[in-house]
Parts: sequence; C-alpha cells; structure tokens
Amino acid sequence: MADFFHMGGYAGYVWSCYGLTLVVLLGNLWFARRELDSQVLRATRRAQVSTIPGSTTSENAS
Amino acid sequence: MWLWFYKLASPPYAYAVAAKLRPWLLWSAIALMIVAAYGGLVIAPPDYQQKDAFRIIYVHVPAATMSLSVYVVLAVAAGIGVIWRIKLAHAVAAACAPIGAWFTVLALATGSIWGKPMWGTWWEWDPRLTSELIQLFLYLGYMALRSSFDDTQRADRASAILAIVGVVNVPVVKYSVVWWNSLHQGPSISKLGAPSITSDMLWPLLTMMLAFMLYFAAVLCDRIRSEILKRERNASWLSGVMSTRAVGT
Repeated sequence: MADFFHMGGYAGYVWSCYGLTLVVLLGNLWFARRELDSQVLRATRRAQVSTIPGSTTSENAS
Repeated sequence: MWLWFYKLASPPYAYAVAAKLRPWLLWSAIALMIVAAYGGLVIAPPDYQQKDAFRIIYVHVPAATMSLSVYVVLAVAAGIGVIWRIKLAHAVAAACAPIGAWFTVLALATGSIWGKPMWGTWWEWDPRLTSELIQLFLYLGYMALRSSFDDTQRADRASAILAIVGVVNVPVVKYSVVWWNSLHQGPSISKLGAPSITSDMLWPLLTMMLAFMLYFAAVLCDRIRSEILKRERNASWLSGVMSTRAVGT
C-alpha cells in the first residue's frame, strides 16, 4: 500500500496530476451547474412576472 | 431520421432532451473513470523506461484528446449554424468553448508536470507544446470575441468564422510529433496498426478516454440548457415550462 502511494519515487508528479484533474473536472461541472441554476432562476422569475394579470412586458423581470 | 433531427433542433425539445440525458451521461462517466483510474494506477505494470511516472498518461492523453475533439465539435456546430442558420447549433458551439478550454488547460498542466521528471523541464517551445498553447488561445479568443458583442446573432456569426478558421490548428497539434522532430513522445495508440503498448496499459487509457467523452457530454447538456435559456428568454414555451416546473429540473 505504501508502495502504491510512493509511485516509485514519482508520487509528487503522479498524484498532483490526478489531483489537478479531479479539481478541474469538478470545477467544470460546478461552473456549468451554477450558470444553469442562475439562468433557470432568472427565467422562472420572468415567467412569474409575465403570468401576473395586467403585466404585459416580460422584459422587466431581469 | 430527418424528422428527429428537425425536432432536436427545436429549442424546447433540445432543452428537455439535455435535461433527461445529463444524469445518465454523468453517472456512466463517473463509473468508467473509477474503473479506468484503478486500471491505470493499480493493474497496469510500470513502464520499462518511465517507471510509475507514465501513469500520468491516463489523465494527460484523455484531456489532450478532448481539447482537440471538443474544438472539432465546436467548429462543426458553428459551421452548421452559419450554413443552415440553425440557432441551436450556435448555442452548442458557444456551450463547447469553456469546457474545451478547461480540457486544454488540464492537458498543458499535466503535460508540464510530466515533462519535469522526464525531460528535466516544465516547458519547452516544442511544436506539440506550442501548438497546444495556441489551441488554448483559440478557445480564449473565441470566448472573448463572443463576449465583445451585445447582439447574440452577430456574436454567433463572427465567432463562427473564427472557430472555422481555427480548425487548421487541430491537425497541426495532432501530427506535430510526426511532422517535426519533437521532444514530445510519439503516439502510443493509433487507429491504423497495432498500438505500441501492452493491453494492460491500453484498456485503462481507452476507458478513461470514453469516460472523458461522456463527462464532456454531461457538462455540455448543462451548458446548452443555459445557452437556450439565454437565447429564448422571451419565447412563450419557456414561460410555460418555468411556471409549471420546479427550479433545477
């Protein structure tokens, strides 16, 4: 098990690459989700405003 | 077939399909990544020259491959958008850019970390490394050009031209190790002929490449939906969907 983490002396290089990959993959996923959530929220608000009787403009919602 | 294609090009349908596909793509990507990482880190034998440092290949090569594949998807989508004037195609192109840029950053960073113990340097102005850096600038330039327009349609057309012209860099990156005498090692796998590595080393690599593709598709689903919401903000179908469904579905 210690051998596995040691990576034949290349531990720092190998594990930093895998760690970096994990960070970038998770970050990418998170950024996309956060952007989608904010767009969904905006669209939902706009939809609510436009369904209120009397309000004809949906532009005000943003 | 064509009917389905037309249907998919309609924003409401594409929005719903992307939402449905996303969990399947993401979970299969995660499962395959775990299997491939186990194969690459535990099962694969150490390389006779590079010892255990070669295991960086299992994250470096899939990232580098995706940096090029995503760009091809981007350019093809942009081309379809320009030629057939399909709005959704432009949305797909715009959605590809940040994901591809991240893959390129990852390829450059892991390559640099690999280069230090193997070549004795973090960076060299070598054809492969330089052309991959240009690839990153293409993504960044594409995104910067898009954001410089207020009008989405003008942004779509102008950035599509850049995307299509930029495609010339893809074969330059891919074949740079063959065309020029490069510090970077040659390809370990090729479609023609037998791969130069053993099957215990090969299957984790191919599995990881597949996992990265599925991961890309999953993130793309989210990004496409964001793009559709931005573009269709005044469409009537949208207010219908948004007032009946909960946030986040």
